[in-house]
Amino acid sequence: MDHHRSSSLLDEALALDWTQPRVIVIEDCVETNGAFVLHHVLKRSLALHTSSTSAVIFLAFSQPFSHYDRILRKLGCNLVTQKDNKRFVFFNLLTLECPDGDEGKTSGGLPSLYREIQKVIIALHDENRKSITIMIDDISLMEVAANGSTNHVLDFLHYCHTLTLEFGCLLVTVNHGDIYSSMERPALLLQMEYLADILIKAEPLSTGLATDVHGQLTVLNKGICEGQGNSRNRTHNFHFKVKENSVECFYPGTRT
Amino acid sequence: MAESICRNLRDGALEGEHAPALSIKDSIATPFGSDVFNYVLTKLSSNILAGKSQSQGIVLVAFSRSPSFYVDFLKTNGIDLVSAKKWISILDCYTDPLGWKDSLKGPLDTKNFSLKDPIEAVLFRHVRNLDLLLSAIIEMGEALAGQGKGRFSVSIDSVTEMFRHASLPSVANLLSKVRSHDRISSTFWLLHSDLHEIRAIAALEYLSSMVGSLEPMNLSLNGQRGDLEKLSLLEQNSRKGKFHVRFKRRNGRVRVMCEDFHIKQSGINFTPVSSEEGIINQGLLPKVQFNLQLSEKERIDRAKVVLPFEHQGNGEPMHIYDGRRSLSEGKDEKASVLTENLQTNEDSGKGEIIYFRDSDDEMPDSDEDPDDDLDI
Repeated sequence: MDHHRSSSLLDEALALDWTQPRVIVIEDCVETNGAFVLHHVLKRSLALHTSSTSAVIFLAFSQPFSHYDRILRKLGCNLVTQKDNKRFVFFNLLTLECPDGDEGKTSGGLPSLYREIQKVIIALHDENRKSITIMIDDISLMEVAANGSTNHVLDFLHYCHTLTLEFGCLLVTVNHGDIYSSMERPALLLQMEYLADILIKAEPLSTGLATDVHGQLTVLNKGICEGQGNSRNRTHNFHFKVKENSVECFYPGTRT
Repeated sequence: MAESICRNLRDGALEGEHAPALSIKDSIATPFGSDVFNYVLTKLSSNILAGKSQSQGIVLVAFSRSPSFYVDFLKTNGIDLVSAKKWISILDCYTDPLGWKDSLKGPLDTKNFSLKDPIEAVLFRHVRNLDLLLSAIIEMGEALAGQGKGRFSVSIDSVTEMFRHASLPSVANLLSKVRSHDRISSTFWLLHSDLHEIRAIAALEYLSSMVGSLEPMNLSLNGQRGDLEKLSLLEQNSRKGKFHVRFKRRNGRVRVMCEDFHIKQSGINFTPVSSEEGIINQGLLPKVQFNLQLSEKERIDRAKVVLPFEHQGNGEPMHIYDGRRSLSEGKDEKASVLTENLQTNEDSGKGEIIYFRDSDDEMPDSDEDPDDDLDI
């Protein structure tokens, strides 16, 4: 009961319409891990009531399948079954290495990964799976796989963006803000923020560590219909606590 | 002055001179540059349709948005697209800029090249080759403007994307050729200032006759603010901001103007600057539980306090208020029987500064710093 109500704060802030193309960027840091948002969206993508029309394509640079399987099981979702039903397509990219000097070519590494994803989506579309979610965990490791070429990663993300528009997909990416904190102009981080329709930042509280509150989420949602003449951007901010089987989201000061 | 910009672009270039060039700059704090770009595009389109502008057509080089976005946007903003193929063409650098897409069979092929599309969109797959890009732009523009001396406008929806694919000299070269081409009436482009080096931005500003920068309403001071303050600043900056424009006149003079802008559901609105200094000042004071400022009464009372220095005062004997005066005065009032004697006794009980001069020559204390005449 409780976690239905509390994680609905997050759903409310996201206001996802699963048929509309949207880019969600999750930005976290060492002190506040934002992976739970990714798991939450993954669970929601696979638990849609019109379950036969949804599918998730997962690009894993960070963890193997077993990791996500274990976590989603605790959230009440069986990834193995979904994989068998072809509703969950998992790309294990932990060992992906783009060949050197890959930037100018249209073969190998990221371009061929893109073409594979495109094939999968077309196939899913043919099977009438209309609500497709592409998830990338995480962008900074994709950059490592691309030999540090930020431009190459941005090209790949641009092409994923074209896919979201063409097929009405959702694109969800995770990036770690503090990796770029020493850079004057963190191009990859900023480009992602420009690209995002929904930007979710997981940050620690300004007052420091606490046992009851693990951090705060700030959700900036661009392009929300708020009625005639009103601003189309909406900001939400709330605190969260990550528990074993769920995450609790609550407004500051409302926890008893 | 968004209107002035649009008028400037509408009027176009004089014979033998560079075309007016507008740079729209934004940053992540106010990422609404594309709204301004779309606003300018809409205004120029309506001027072209009404026959008021020097330019007879627009070549839109689309890097960050798809052609269909622009079709929908122009339609929603009241631009009639019935004869659009005669006055606007889109060079599609969004769909497949690097040629990664196979010619796979699927929705891809039919969607982008439908004859039913009101605007002609030509796919461009070699964004790294700026010479090719330039020739494609000129070719499309000349097709719109016809054989004679007719002119066309060029708009680039993201120079930032161009910089990702090509070097600064090549981009600057392309833009320079665009603005000095004798068939180009005007040009405008968008860039995100926080994604480029200062010299790249400076190079583009040098090439532009007008630079429009978006800035947040409140410049936030990082780190010093609490969560709630940061959030309210974020909310405010996501709805409105300031639009600064710098015009470079032909005679070399520079004119700077400023406007406020608001983001609405339908797009962007510009309004004259409102004086919100009070709010800005309030924003700079830290939010604490006690009052840091004086009220008017408190200010007057403070000015009335007589300081216990010999030279300050009104000639009467100085008495320091030690908290007992009001009490004894109260007693005086109550005890009507009390004689002056008692009062004198009470007087001697009050605090008093008795200052004996060293000599009569000594000047009274002044506020001047005696060390002032030292020449350190």
